[in-house]
Amino acid sequence: MRVKKILLGFAMAVLSLSATQVLAAGCPTKGVKEMTGAGATFPYPLYSKMFSEYDKTCSVKVNYQSIGSGGGIRQLSEMTVDFGASDGIMDEKQKAAAKGGAVLHIPMVSGAVAVVFNLPSVNTSQLKLTPDVLADIYLKKITNWNDKRIAAANTGVKLPDLTVAVVHRSDGSGTTFIFTDYLAKVSSEWKEKVGSTTSVNWPGDVGGKGNEGVANSVKQIPGAIGYVEVAYAKQNNIPWAQMQNKTKKFLDPSLEGAAAAADIANLPDNMEVSITDSPNPSAYPISGFTWLLVYENQTDAAKGDAIANLAWWMLHDGQKYATPLDYAALKGVAVKKAEALTKKIKVNNQIVLK
Amino acid sequence: MSDEAIDSTFSTGSAARVVHHDTQVINFGDRLFYRVTQAFALIVIFLALLLVFDLFRGAWEAIQTFGLKFLVGTTWDPVKREFSTLPTVIGTLVKAFIALLLAVPISIGSAVFISFYIPKWLRPIISYPIELLAGVPSIVFGLWGLFVMVPVIRTIQIWLKANFGWFFLFDGPAVYGVGVLSGSVILAIMIIPIITAISRDILLTVPSPQIEGMLALGATKWESIWQVALPYARVGLFGAVILGLGRAIGETMAVTMVGGNSFELIHSLFDPVHSMASQIASEFTEATYSLYVSSLIYVGLVLFGITIIISLCAQYLIWRLSKGHVAVFE
Repeated sequence: MRVKKILLGFAMAVLSLSATQVLAAGCPTKGVKEMTGAGATFPYPLYSKMFSEYDKTCSVKVNYQSIGSGGGIRQLSEMTVDFGASDGIMDEKQKAAAKGGAVLHIPMVSGAVAVVFNLPSVNTSQLKLTPDVLADIYLKKITNWNDKRIAAANTGVKLPDLTVAVVHRSDGSGTTFIFTDYLAKVSSEWKEKVGSTTSVNWPGDVGGKGNEGVANSVKQIPGAIGYVEVAYAKQNNIPWAQMQNKTKKFLDPSLEGAAAAADIANLPDNMEVSITDSPNPSAYPISGFTWLLVYENQTDAAKGDAIANLAWWMLHDGQKYATPLDYAALKGVAVKKAEALTKKIKVNNQIVLK
Repeated sequence: MSDEAIDSTFSTGSAARVVHHDTQVINFGDRLFYRVTQAFALIVIFLALLLVFDLFRGAWEAIQTFGLKFLVGTTWDPVKREFSTLPTVIGTLVKAFIALLLAVPISIGSAVFISFYIPKWLRPIISYPIELLAGVPSIVFGLWGLFVMVPVIRTIQIWLKANFGWFFLFDGPAVYGVGVLSGSVILAIMIIPIITAISRDILLTVPSPQIEGMLALGATKWESIWQVALPYARVGLFGAVILGLGRAIGETMAVTMVGGNSFELIHSLFDPVHSMASQIASEFTEATYSLYVSSLIYVGLVLFGITIIISLCAQYLIWRLSKGHVAVFE
């Protein structure tokens, strides 16, 4: 009997010990059981997976509304959510409007945007595009697939005499933000005439709603070109083009390429940087971060602790859910910088994570 | 819905139907019922006023910045912070009116068939699928349109352009498939069930002695329908058409999927163009600064204004129609 009791006590001690250990790995320590966030739709599939796992590990419910980056920024500014999420960087006006002061942009994962096309007798990866050609197609300056400038990069590929139909997203989206940000970087004319944000004044042609709208128009219109998230192109077998990156290499859109785009030496400490047209030789050029937006100075001690722990968990344990869902996990310098940002979260000038 | 119900939707002031509550409210139950219904009516009016107020408040920044130029300009540029809405207003109205052109003959034709040409026991069997169609969510119409209808329309457009390309309406980017024509057709399909169902109910209220009298005078069935039933029911039928138009103008999801969503002014039936409602729905989530949001709300205000103008015109027309000869044998 006594032996049994001792064994039982021992077992319970081990259990409680392991329980505290589990809790230590990124769980809130001050009893917060619920958090709310709002923002970007692009990382929503990943975040919902992460948050459901987080609930299993820490029994903390994270309620995330994927209302779009714009909505996320607005709600964070009004302090109606604990954290925001965005595919774009807040501009100066938005930062000034944020009621809770300085906002940290903590990158979570990166993603790639594939340029997809519909050409008879040209297969996926066979079409090669240079940055200036892509920009001029979207500026409607190159209007036929037999244009000499397209042919220059595609020796051996039979390009038809076919009008180019340019397809873009008609709804505001992070995908558009990354794509137009890239075009603005590689073409001064694009930067001046059109610019970059989540929705722009497109010089041409067809607008499709969501990835599915763009993909469908591209699939159906002969001679069409469009852009979708790489996961969407992969899952739906839409032919994509190889893009020339900054080091003149032609690359397929891939998670490795997106991760490489984020793995560069001179990332700024605040990580408010677009990684399109990355100088890394193995980087796919149309790649971008998606960020968690949190206030640097938290007013509520328990909430501040919970938010910092959640961000930390997402940067470590959470990253393993990225690849299966076609997001590129952070690597190298990017992780270090993201960790440093998480450690800047303060409550009453006290840093939360030591 | 009966003829009278439709009629009263549009002419609320008709004195004959006003209940003289002050003489009839006698006991407590009556008084309570009167108060409760009055409160509900006031809530609805209050909500409508609140909506208008809030639209104005939300749009105020854009109204101050762009004024009435918002209505006639053709640029929608979130980067340069320049917004105006003429192309989408035209796109919305053109799509809605083409949809009516397609839908009205089909709807009223099938309502006539159901009401006058088939035996009573068969009516529900024919009507049921039509009513079922009215309940299909618009995203389902939209996806069906995108995957199934647009390829068909594209083929038709390419043929039209090849053979009648000299006509300006057919001289557009036929190969896109998505555009004014696709948007109009999907809207027509969506409003047919509504117009048909209401028109059928209205035609069934035409008193049979009217038609039988006509038949007794030696008229054919066609003549009695064309000269008695339809004129008798015209106010209600007109109301049905207006309800269809209302849905066509406000429809969002389906028309976003197949409309092509461009901000350029349209020149042909094949050009892609945004609708106002779909523009608001598409861009609201990612509208990142306040002038952008405000401009989208301004679009909503313009849409609201258009709806009011159409409903006022409809009221006027109905008033004119019902003042005239309602029945032929008057």
